[in-house]
Amino acid sequence: MGVIRLPFVMLVLVYQSIVLALGQIWANKVRSTLTTIGIVIGIASVTAVVAVLTGLRSNVLSEFESFGTNKIFIFPDWRGARRANIPWQRIMFRPEHFDGLVEHCPSVAHLTRMNGLGGNNPVSYAGRIEPNPEIWGIEPSWHKIENRDVIMGRQFSLIDNEHARPVCIINTKTQEKLGLPKDPIGETIIVSKARYLVVGVIESKAQSSMFGENRTGVEVYLPFRTVRQNRPWGGMHVIAASKSPDVSEEAQAEIKFFLRKKRGIKPGEADTFGVEAVQQFVDQFRKISATVTMAATGVVGISLLVGGVGIMNIMLVSVSERTREIGLRKAVGARPSAILLQFLVEAIMLCFLGGLLGVLGGQGLTSAVAQIPDAHLEKAHIPGWALAMSFGFAGAVGLIFGMFPAIKAARLDPIEALRHE
Amino acid sequence: MAVISLNNITKVYTVGPEEIRALNGVDLQVEKNEYVAVMGTSGSGKSTLMNILGCLDRPTNGTYELDGKLISTMGAAALAQVRNERIGFVFQSFELMPRLNALKNVELPLIYSKDGWWRRRARAKQALDTVGLADRVKHRPNQLSGGQKQRVAIARALVARPAILLADEPTGNLDSATSEEILALFDELYRTGQTIIMVTHEADVARHARRIIRMKDGKIVSDLPSDRDAALSAPLPPRPQVPMAEQAPSSGERGPAWA
Repeated sequence: MGVIRLPFVMLVLVYQSIVLALGQIWANKVRSTLTTIGIVIGIASVTAVVAVLTGLRSNVLSEFESFGTNKIFIFPDWRGARRANIPWQRIMFRPEHFDGLVEHCPSVAHLTRMNGLGGNNPVSYAGRIEPNPEIWGIEPSWHKIENRDVIMGRQFSLIDNEHARPVCIINTKTQEKLGLPKDPIGETIIVSKARYLVVGVIESKAQSSMFGENRTGVEVYLPFRTVRQNRPWGGMHVIAASKSPDVSEEAQAEIKFFLRKKRGIKPGEADTFGVEAVQQFVDQFRKISATVTMAATGVVGISLLVGGVGIMNIMLVSVSERTREIGLRKAVGARPSAILLQFLVEAIMLCFLGGLLGVLGGQGLTSAVAQIPDAHLEKAHIPGWALAMSFGFAGAVGLIFGMFPAIKAARLDPIEALRHE
Repeated sequence: MAVISLNNITKVYTVGPEEIRALNGVDLQVEKNEYVAVMGTSGSGKSTLMNILGCLDRPTNGTYELDGKLISTMGAAALAQVRNERIGFVFQSFELMPRLNALKNVELPLIYSKDGWWRRRARAKQALDTVGLADRVKHRPNQLSGGQKQRVAIARALVARPAILLADEPTGNLDSATSEEILALFDELYRTGQTIIMVTHEADVARHARRIIRMKDGKIVSDLPSDRDAALSAPLPPRPQVPMAEQAPSSGERGPAWA
């Protein structure tokens, strides 16, 4: 019976304490609000900083994404092989090494084998020669990895690749340089002495010095197997895409695991290939944003500390003001634990009030910051975990700084307390 | 069986190097439905006795049984429960919560009670009815007269149906007409079976009781049934022969030192 009722009694006591605390806070509205200002400022600044960082982060990440943060390069490690004296046959990639990789690596979305033509292979059309183009043999999934718009014609199809058809896709720069007609689909260009039918035109990339791509800007793409047919022993590499930039690390690990197995590398032996992502920038940004978050947390910690001392102070005042009340409550049968709970709950409620006002303030700051033009902060918002953390911190501050006054109240001698003037 | 049984109770306070024997071997039995007045001068130990009877304090030595339960060895939480369930306090200065109305004030002991919590409103109303304030439930203390405030306090003391009602100078802050009203209420409660112990230094007040205990220097010096007239004419204990300024600091006395 008693065991069953105990939780009820506790619940009743907590409920009672909350009602009392809210009544007390309401009765001292101005004082309570002023007391919580430290907490308000602390919580407002932490939520605002987190909101701004969140906005900045999603902005920067999406910018990186346009370069391909989820792209992963896989290449044979010739340099490491020379150091370790591994025969070249074991280093070189074969197309079949990558069969089934996408199926076995859950974080990998797409994969394309890439094969260059090697050497200088001019491309020409109607007598006009472009001596230094970039020529790649690609698989159809390349389109999904690179996300480059097809302006005219079509993407490569699976059949183009399977049948090693003599077709090509050029970019607008090539079209312009070779003097192809406005609609070049169906025209034939000569690449390395062979004739290829133009089936598609893709946009030219904006020249980006960041990743060292597009040296001349003249790009010609052929089906992977078309290239492979002519150069069956050619050097190839692979570009994969993780499902999202966030799982890039997992994708890299999965690829390494898969390739080691496929290429028969024994445990303890070094990789004979490299797996790298366009991630150093993302990592750098993440580091910076983590540092800023830490610094902000430190500042907020200090302001919460100050706020907590304010709470402790006002609770001590409250205990002293209400000494007779405490004495009376004890006389009519309140246990020390009930008194402790009453004052502790009051301190926590005060801090929750501060947390609530702080979150509202933080939201206000965030919306204000989001309005600043050209700051790229329109995506700033307070994430859910920050809300939970704010109230968690506020409650913890109340618990920690309310404990001492509450213990003081609980320990009061009822006789002394009732005699207090 | 006795409601209260004190056995050779001693209470010693240590103030610096000095030991003050506030109670020095007190034996006392109070039966159910007695009406006892405790009288004595300032420093006689009556307040200390009251605190021990009310389970607000524990004796240094000796045993105290209340309703057959040994109180003198209990811890703070257990004492709180005993106070909650078995003792009703009435104070000289009422001790009502200014922000709560009469009903909420009376409910107060029940919010700390395991059983009373669920029926606190009805029981508080009933208690207010008993003291004749059924029409004042929504009034706050500052809207009540002194006598009404003390009635609310008495209702609060009664609401948990205590074994004993402990009143510490219950008329000390009231004028004589109102005092008589309150004392009449005590008489009424006594008639309906309530055990009452009242501390007072006024003979007029004490004569309402059926038994008068006089204390001096931490001991009971007389314990007489009061046929009321005899109590009135009984000689008062002599005034202490020290100037006021040199008197020991009053321990728990409030209101005028008796003159």
